[in-house]
Amino acid sequence: MSDTTLTPEVEAPSVPLMPLGDLIPYALLTALLAIMLLYFVGAEEGATSVFPGMTLHEFVHDARHLLGFPCH
Amino acid sequence: MDSQKLVRGLLIRGMLAGLVAGVLMWAFGLAIGEPQIRSAIAFEESVSPPSDEAPLVSRSMQETLGLLTGTIVYAVAIGGIFALVFAGVYGRIGRARPRVTAATLGLAAFVVIAFVPFLKYPSNPPAVGLDETIAFRTRVYFVMLLLSVVAAIAAVRLGRDAVKRLGAWNGALVGVGGYLALVVIASLLMPAVKEMPEGFSPDVLWHFRLATLGTHAVLYATLGLAFGALAERWITQAQGGAAGRYRTSSPSAGALRS
Repeated sequence: MSDTTLTPEVEAPSVPLMPLGDLIPYALLTALLAIMLLYFVGAEEGATSVFPGMTLHEFVHDARHLLGFPCH
Repeated sequence: MDSQKLVRGLLIRGMLAGLVAGVLMWAFGLAIGEPQIRSAIAFEESVSPPSDEAPLVSRSMQETLGLLTGTIVYAVAIGGIFALVFAGVYGRIGRARPRVTAATLGLAAFVVIAFVPFLKYPSNPPAVGLDETIAFRTRVYFVMLLLSVVAAIAAVRLGRDAVKRLGAWNGALVGVGGYLALVVIASLLMPAVKEMPEGFSPDVLWHFRLATLGTHAVLYATLGLAFGALAERWITQAQGGAAGRYRTSSPSAGALRS
């Protein structure tokens, strides 16, 4: 038994797909947008509030509970 | 093919798989989670009768379009991040083919992002949890989530070094063990939240919490498998690889079938 056995069903050559530097702009933008979206689903009008009122909170209320975010 | 085009294709496929996952999560949540939410709201109203004002968003709207919006936004956002993490780890951590890498990543993401924070701060249906502690509960929940992600990144680095010295099996065990040790310590240090109201049905609570785990399982299974299949085709195509670079079955698998 050797760790270097190559079984083509599950293994591929160990070559990185791309330089990490090429990923950074995409990663930055995606992370920022995703954090904003997750905030509005998970926390807006709960612990903190950007928009006044509770309409957004109420609208995604069930998803917030079901996904496990703390909610009122 | 340059890496800009490659990563763009992966990002699109991640968000697409997220969109599909969001719809599946909604169907699962509607069938499995909503009955528990209804029971919890009935309990809430029996304890403190609701005001006569009409709700801002009707219950039927919350169960259908509201829940669907929430699951889709959540799943597409996670799908995009999933694709970029995949692009970063592929070929760097193991030598698994894309499909296998994505499935492994899906399992790991489920544990790190959903299961471990859930074990410390499990989901609660309406009526469970005090209004005045929402800021505190939100803060500790996100801190626990962050600690779990940081522990996972540390464990990957630890495991990668250990694999070089101890071989694949033992090295991977060191990485997993390191993650578990870190999150157990984190969970012991984080404050407890105990706000169960008197008389709330344990049965409703149990089934609601199972529904939370199930919803996340639907998400990461869909991302791991659907994104994996799409990504493998895209990578093969993008790298100009010959068809059949990754065999979908092996002679030994064929021998097992016959």
